[in-house]
Parts: sequence; structure tokens; C-alpha cells
Amino acid sequence: MSKFLKLTTATALALTLAAPAYAEKFGLGRAALPEEVAAWNKDVSPDGTGLPEGSGDVLTGEEVFADQCAVCHGDFAEGVGNWPKLAGGKDTLADKDPLKTVGSYWPYLSTTWDYVNRSMPFGNAQTLTPDEVYAIVAYILYSNDLVDDDFVLSKETFLDVELPNADGFILDDRLTAEAHFVREPCMSDCKTGEIAITRNVVFKGDPNSPDDPVSESAGEAAKAAAPAEEEAKAEEAPKAEEAAVVETAALDAELVKAGEKVFKKCKACHQVGDGAKNKTGPILNGVMGAKLGHIEGFKYSKTMLSMGEEGVIWDEATLAEFLTKPKAFVKKTKMSFAGLKKEKDIKAVTEYLKSFSE
Amino acid sequence: MTSSSNGSGQSRRAFLKGAAAAVPAAAAVATTAQAEADPLITELQDWASGLGDGVDATPYGLPIQYEGDVIRRNVEWLTADTISSINFTPIHALDGTITPQGCAFERHHSGAIELKKDDYRLMINGLVDQPLVFSYADLERFPRENHVYFCECAANSGMEWAGAQLNGAQYTHGMIHNMEYTGVSLRTLLEEAGLGAAGDLKDKWVYVEGADASSNGRSIPMEKALDDVLVAFKANGEALRKEHGYPVRLVVPGWEGNMWVKWLRRIEVTNQAIESREETSKYTDTLADGTSRKWTWAMDAKSIVTSPSPQMPILHGKGPLVISGLAWSGKGAITRVDVSKDGGKTWETARLAKPGEKMALTRFYLDTTWDGEEMFLQSRAMDETGYVQPTKDELRAVRGENSVYHNNGIQTWWLKADGELENVEIS
Repeated sequence: MSKFLKLTTATALALTLAAPAYAEKFGLGRAALPEEVAAWNKDVSPDGTGLPEGSGDVLTGEEVFADQCAVCHGDFAEGVGNWPKLAGGKDTLADKDPLKTVGSYWPYLSTTWDYVNRSMPFGNAQTLTPDEVYAIVAYILYSNDLVDDDFVLSKETFLDVELPNADGFILDDRLTAEAHFVREPCMSDCKTGEIAITRNVVFKGDPNSPDDPVSESAGEAAKAAAPAEEEAKAEEAPKAEEAAVVETAALDAELVKAGEKVFKKCKACHQVGDGAKNKTGPILNGVMGAKLGHIEGFKYSKTMLSMGEEGVIWDEATLAEFLTKPKAFVKKTKMSFAGLKKEKDIKAVTEYLKSFSE
Repeated sequence: MTSSSNGSGQSRRAFLKGAAAAVPAAAAVATTAQAEADPLITELQDWASGLGDGVDATPYGLPIQYEGDVIRRNVEWLTADTISSINFTPIHALDGTITPQGCAFERHHSGAIELKKDDYRLMINGLVDQPLVFSYADLERFPRENHVYFCECAANSGMEWAGAQLNGAQYTHGMIHNMEYTGVSLRTLLEEAGLGAAGDLKDKWVYVEGADASSNGRSIPMEKALDDVLVAFKANGEALRKEHGYPVRLVVPGWEGNMWVKWLRRIEVTNQAIESREETSKYTDTLADGTSRKWTWAMDAKSIVTSPSPQMPILHGKGPLVISGLAWSGKGAITRVDVSKDGGKTWETARLAKPGEKMALTRFYLDTTWDGEEMFLQSRAMDETGYVQPTKDELRAVRGENSVYHNNGIQTWWLKADGELENVEIS
């Protein structure tokens, strides 16, 4: 009998949890080196297992947060646009549409530390030092009113913090709580009286089409996103035309129009035109010809700012390079956009942005 | 059409009656006279005279242009951006049970990364006798298994908790795909590292994580890890697609898709659940009183009529109608699917295209006749545990109104006299 057959037979029989001491080994793979395990084995458990040495205080955390996190999560962890809110929502879990944040919902501080450490910042993950992570987590606790402003989070103080919803979870109880769904199915006379429609569909056609109605019941995301989009549209459309009139000589109207379409991909984060505000990304009015990082008060990446200081300006060439692969042109840019694949899309959106020259 | 038994005699009469009543549309049956000869038959067509593409035209083929609308779609406002987001399988337009990889839904937390086989490493560490590192080539030298399983995102139908939201089976039920996986059992790899160091396995866990920026770690109880979890590198016969975790992903049969870690890079044997973000702040189910269920891993029995449905209106007028759909259960095989045309007052048992298989999609059909009447179309799945798919109201009675995940309630399509359908909730 071949080794293969012996093994599969043993596997088929041994579906229990008996330690399979008899299992033959294939001798494949190699021993993992301690430094390799250390490099990847970074998860942190509720009891603090896995935490590295280090510490960070609330005030440092506020600075690091402003630098690394606020672009999506807001200066006060309140969330920008559709990005997650990290603070607030206290005592809302039994309400309609509860607000689930680190403070109101997350059961363990280890989860926050682990997630910030391994999965954040979005688009630049696994670059924070342990001290920075301690500081950010301390600031998130502070923004949830869970610690005072002189609090220092460290490996030592970690277990002193208990999150409010630590006892808010029960294990899956469907087998008992929903045991009544194991039943003999009814086949006739299962309902009495006329069947009436209690709720019609909210989005009748393509859910992405702007012509579809947006209902109050469409969920938080729809409520937050749809009005913002409407606003942006109302502000931008006429401006595009105005600007185009001024710049007729220099601009290719068709290309501007095409660029407006391409710009839809950018709108989640960028506004342009009269009344445009900084959102997740900076305002793009007058971006063509300006130096990198030209909007006062916007929290650009350090690289973007220093490139600007070195005199790099946004022109057709630099913008094309950036838009092809943002992170290749501006290393560590906060822009989490993967880039435009088609050259014609880049040309079009460049022309569109030119139409908002100041 | 031949009648070979008494039982089918009735359906034959119903069929003929339906045909006679049918409006003279393009779908008219053979008994309807054609006034003029069909030029597609009588005139020589280009394709019957000229030449088509050579064998070198398409080294790897995509569907023909006429099927260009059978694609994954996303809903922009559901998420903050398209990188940490989800799209939907066009289940309304597919048939059978296997989902082609190219239109199988995607869900990423930090985008779909490109990871070469040569750069791929899989580490096993923690409570094992010998921590190991495998290359991709190593994995292909372990005994392989083939299994068909569905992968359903826990949030599938999640938007529908709040009422009827999106108009189409693709949007309401399209966070699912079903593929034939080739891979090595997780048990084999754990045994290769040796579980002696773990001691009593009953209270042990396996923590799995991906190589992408989200890491997406999940804790899996050892019992499941040693049962049927697969470390897969092929789907439907070919390499996994980038968006599904190329070169290696975890397959956790019957359990929520978030646990099917893509770009699998590490397996750690632990003595406790890690309680990562994806198993605490997300993928947990908040009940009416504000407490939340966690570790709700298995996906309950569920079904959906894929056609007719809002994206697949009835265009052929009255007469023979095929009602088709999908059913699945994370707790075993589908044993039966019933279909109701009157909003759940009466039910008839549908025909399963093949006997249900454990944790895999099952295709059902109800071959029927449409007289042009309005219907409230529903389907109801039963699995081998005796569980019968509940209504949304029955689920809300247990779980309250604040659920996000694990909605396996019965879906209603309102079929109107003009053949159009709408997603509704009914009394």
C-alpha cells in the first residue's frame, strides 16, 4: 500500500480530535527560523499575549492620529464621509441603527491595537512603530472618553483598560434560539387573508443610477453618500461649463466632458469647482501648475510636501505619472487610489482639471 | 413532447392550454402560424458563408460580446471606496451551479494584490512540534483533494434586513459563488508540523491570516480545522484568480466567506481565539436588546429564485415558464426546495437538478405555466438537519431589526402582469 493511500485512509477514519500521532510526515517544507516567526507572528490576544514592549500617551497619539488616521477617520475619530467612526455611539446598541465604535461596541482593546498595528493606515499598513500604535490607541480611548488626557498606554497598563462592551457578546445560540426553524414545512393554507405588499423596493433600477430614489430606510451608507453626491453634482456641473467658456481657446471641450466622467472615480475623496471643500483628499481647484501639496491646511503626506518644496509642480507629465501609479510617484502618498489604467482617461481627467484653473 | 406516464398527462394538457392562450409573440409555440418566412432562415447569412476567427485569435477566451452584461456589479454607495469593498455575482443570468471565476463576487479589505507563486510562503507556527515554512511548490507535493463548495459572504442579503432595498437577485443574493476547489487538507499540513505540542486539541484554535495589507485574520476552532478545511490553489480546474487569493486561499466549507482567508500566509495553532477585528467588531450579530452573537460561523439554509427576477423579467408572454433558482446550506446538503407563487399560502416542491451536495449550491427548477397573472414568487430551502428556511419576519422576531449579517430569510419577487418583477416584502 502506498504512503498516499495509507494516509488518506487514516484521515478518513480519524475525524475526531484524537492527536494524530501516527500520521506519517512527508518531510516537505523547512523549519521556520525564529526571526521569520517573529516577523509575521504579530497577532495580539485579549489577555495581551503578543504585545511588544513600548508605550504611548494621549497627546502624542493626537499628533500621530492627525498625521496618519485623520484623513479618513477625522481629527476627533468621528469619521469622514463613509469612513468608519471610531468614537461615540455610547449606549446606542439597542437603538435603531446603533453606532458601533471602539468605545461603544468593540469588546477587547487587543483588537484595536492588533488592527491598527497590522492593517492600518489604509494603503500604508504595517509601517507604524509599536510606540506609535500605543499612542494612537491611547488617543482612540481618549476620544471615547474612556481615559484622561494624561493616560499612557503601555504593555504594563494594557490590561487596566476594560472596554464598555466587553460583556456584550454571547456565543452563537442559533441551535437553541432558532430551533423552531427545524420543522415540518407547511404546504397549503399556510397564510389566511389577502397577501398585501408591506414594503416596496427602495432602488427600482440600477442602484448606481442617480435617477433612483433614495429612501430614508436605505441604511446609513445611502443617507451619508447620496446627499453628498447630489451636492457635488449641483456645484460642479455649471462650473465646468463656465470654466470651459473662459478657457475655450486652450481646452478641448470633448476631452473635458470625457474627463468629467473619469472624475467620478475621484469624487469619493476630491471636490472641485466653486464651493469645493477638502474632503478625504484636497480640493483640486487650480491644481494644474501648482506645486505638490499646495492647499494650505490639508494634511498631505510628508513626501508630497517635500516634493512640493523641492519645486515639483503638477503638469501633464507629473500628473500622468502620479495617476498611473500614485504610490510609485509619491512614495507613501495618503491617496489610496490604485491609479488609472487607460492613458486616454488620464488625458481626459487632466483636461477636466485644467478647466478649473484659477 | 411525449407523455410516458399518467402523471405527465396533466402537465401536457396544462402546457397545451397555456400555449393556446399565449399572445402571438415571438415565443409562440409551433402550433402558431408564421405569416412570413423568417429571413434568418431563408436568406444567406454572413456567418454561414464567410469565415470566423482562427484558433490563434483568443488564447484565453472571454464570453462572447453578446453576454457582455453578465458581469460582476458593485453598488458605489455601500462602501467608502472600491478597494475595501464588495461586488456581486450575476447569479440572475447564470445556470447550473458552478460559478465561473471571472464573474464570481469579490470582497477585499485592502484590494486584490498580485502575489507570485515564487514569492509565496506559508508559515505554520504556534503550538506545533516544528514550525514550518512551505513554498508553493511544496504544497503541490501533498496529497490533493477536489471538492465543490459555496462561499457566501456573511453580509449577503444584509441590505435587505431594512426592507426591500435593491432590485435584483444579483444585488440581494449575489455575494456568493460556488467552485470546485483543488487543494491540500489543512489537517495534512497541521500534521506535517505536528500537533503533539498542542496537547488536548479540544480547546485549541487555528488562527489564519492573509498576506495582503488587511491581514484579515480569523480564528477557527481546531475541530473544524481538522474536519474539512482546505488549503486550495485551484478553482474550477485552473489557478485561483488574483481577486480570489492567488496563489493560495483557505476554503472553510459552509462557514462565512470572511474566514476563507485569501493570499493565505500564516496558520498559527493557539490556545485561545485571537478576537481579531473581523470576529468582534464585524461579522457579529447585534440583537434587539443590544447584546451581540459572536462566532456565528455556519451559514444557514437559504435559497433564491434567480429567474424570473427583477433583472430577468418574463419577455415571452403566457405559456410554459421555467422558474429556476439556487439553494444552499452551510450545515449539510439541501434535501428539498419548495416554491410558492402566492406569497407563501401554498407551496409546490421544485425539482432538484441533481441531489444536493454538502455545502455546495443546488440548482432547482419548477417547470410551470404562466397565465399572465400576478405572483408573489418565493422559494424555501430545507437541509439535511431538517432546518426549513424562515421568513424575514420570523428572523426579525428572534434577532430584532439591527442585524447586518446572516440574513437567510425567504425572498419575495412580485411578478406583475407585464412580466416585470420587483423586490417586495409582503404580509
